Amino acid sequence: MFEWLNQPFTPMTVLGMVIGGVIVLSVILLVVAYSIYAQRKILAAMHLRIGPNRVGPFGLFQSFADILKLLLKEDIVPAKADKAMFLIGPMITYVPSFMVLAVIPYTATHLFTAELNVGVLYYIALSSISVIGVVLGAWASNNKYSIIGGLRSAAQLISYEIPLALSILGVILMAGSMNIVEIVEAQKNMWFIVPQIIGFSVFIIAAMAELSRVPFDLPEAESELVAGYSTEYSGFRFAFYMLAEYVYITAMGGLAAALYLGGWEGPLLPGWAWYGIKAGLFIFLTFWLQGTFPRIRNTLLMTFSWKVLIPISILNIILTAIIKIAVA
Amino acid sequence: MAELRTEEMLLNVGPQHPSTHGVLRVVIKLDGEIIREATPVIGYLHRGTEKLSEDLQYQQIIPYFDRLDYISAMLNNHAIVNAVEKAMDIEIPERAEYLRVIVGELNRTAAHLLFVGAYLLDLGAMSPFLYVFMTRERIIELLNEISGARLTYNYMRVGGVKYDAPPGWFAKIREFIPYFKEMYQLFDDLITGNEIFISRVKGIGSYGQEEAINYGLSGIPLRSTGFKWDLRKNKSYSVYDRFDFEIPVGTNGDNYDRYYLHLLEMEQSMRIVEQAIDSIPEGPVMGKAPKILRIPAGEYYAAVEGAKGELGVYIVSDGKDKPYRMKIRRPSFVNLQIIPSLLKDQNIADFIAILGSIDIVLGEVDA
Repeated sequence: MFEWLNQPFTPMTVLGMVIGGVIVLSVILLVVAYSIYAQRKILAAMHLRIGPNRVGPFGLFQSFADILKLLLKEDIVPAKADKAMFLIGPMITYVPSFMVLAVIPYTATHLFTAELNVGVLYYIALSSISVIGVVLGAWASNNKYSIIGGLRSAAQLISYEIPLALSILGVILMAGSMNIVEIVEAQKNMWFIVPQIIGFSVFIIAAMAELSRVPFDLPEAESELVAGYSTEYSGFRFAFYMLAEYVYITAMGGLAAALYLGGWEGPLLPGWAWYGIKAGLFIFLTFWLQGTFPRIRNTLLMTFSWKVLIPISILNIILTAIIKIAVA
Repeated sequence: MAELRTEEMLLNVGPQHPSTHGVLRVVIKLDGEIIREATPVIGYLHRGTEKLSEDLQYQQIIPYFDRLDYISAMLNNHAIVNAVEKAMDIEIPERAEYLRVIVGELNRTAAHLLFVGAYLLDLGAMSPFLYVFMTRERIIELLNEISGARLTYNYMRVGGVKYDAPPGWFAKIREFIPYFKEMYQLFDDLITGNEIFISRVKGIGSYGQEEAINYGLSGIPLRSTGFKWDLRKNKSYSVYDRFDFEIPVGTNGDNYDRYYLHLLEMEQSMRIVEQAIDSIPEGPVMGKAPKILRIPAGEYYAAVEGAKGELGVYIVSDGKDKPYRMKIRRPSFVNLQIIPSLLKDQNIADFIAILGSIDIVLGEVDA
């Protein structure tokens, strides 16, 4: 199934890989552009507004116009910023966000998907690199709001990675594998959301915090910290931070669909469509929460992770292990 | 482990910050995320209303009052005309008094609605703001119809009000009241019932009754401590003594009480409006006031219950048609004074929650 990866390095195969990579990137960019559009439209509907409706029919090209605008803007580096770090910060956040997509299995045929045997670990490890870019950019900006935002971000992402990983551990126990494709295949009879409902709840909450979405959007709490770590960023560097955020939402949606909702499994429709629907549900959930909740208090944020989510997820692992032994 | 060297960080918030409600600037000293000292810096919206008034005839001062607390301009109108009428002993027609009460209470509701929306926006919830604006829009439309302006009404005159209610206006208010009650219930259910919201406001930013009185607080910041003081009841003016309404008070003087009192007061304001439109007498809306108003030499003070607290006007007259000196007791300005002591040793995450709950309007702080 991954024959093309084992081929010898000839100009043709390299070209094939490059073309494959470009296709995946463009599809993801398209998905991200329209999830931003969807967010604005859905939020607008919840807010009794109309939302973007100027660029193209129903504002369908609004995201592209926005991205284009950001790309064309002047790249401003504050005079007292640490220039090298300031420039590299968004890249460090952005690159892993695309790299994690390599292990998300969109379809049963695994087109352009790396079937890593440590897929879940790969995802968690790479996604935690992004926080370095956030802290780096915040520190390099030499702006007090940025620093507070960046440090909050670091504290939050590190705190919530633990319950996130622990909740996924329940799934790994159930499937007996860290390979995401095998995890999906293990859900042929029953989606893991049913036996892993506790783990799923922890996963959703921790995922929202990992993505810095409402109600955990403290790092960029605009009413307190102006724009958090990205306060000093403009132009395409800001766009990279934003893109990374939305790519992560898409990727996390994909991960949730693969780990808990049976991935591409589903009647009638082709696998990728089912995958899109399931990931879309998760993405919709993030927008829904954004329209519903105020921001959580930052002291409560930490307490919640360490005193509530982590014990629950550990309990979930123990329960899963006991059930697995009992069934076997 | 070696001792880490830490130092305080000086953080300048405002005057261009998303949630200082205008152009307030607060200089805070941060120790980690704990505020050690907070100093409000004001004056960015100072227009010299008091000084300008010395060159204006009394009727000409009214539009300047619109621009103090610009989200409750009707109540400001009431403050200045009430002060001049008290000083000159001018009787005004019954119908005008009723109209003043109706537009005033509608405007109070609009101001409180805006507080609820803006406060939730401060706390990171965007949706309530737009729902609140939808409700507020209906009130603004009503006030627009009677006064011809949406925000700075310039509606009241010494001796009455400028316009009588247009035909069908009272019917529109009667239509609005059930709609308001429905929305009120929605806000109460969705906001007051939200666990995250409650965790951010309950028990935070609280002060005692004595402290509130010592700082000279009035309005909701004072009533939230349980002290029942509302000029509409305690020093009744206009025709407020004819209506049956409650003065809701809090118990803890915290953010939650201040938020919830805004909701409860809206309900009471609607009660007043309901009674007033049922019992409004017929007649003229402008009484017999002299063309040139000359307040006899002396010093006069009269206050009304504004949206933010006691809105008083102190006039020193030397018998001319212009005040010799005018002092406006702006509740926002007075209520702001408690901010430094309230913010001390608080987490920066509560900074906005506390600042927002005091409900200041910078047009009134800076005058």
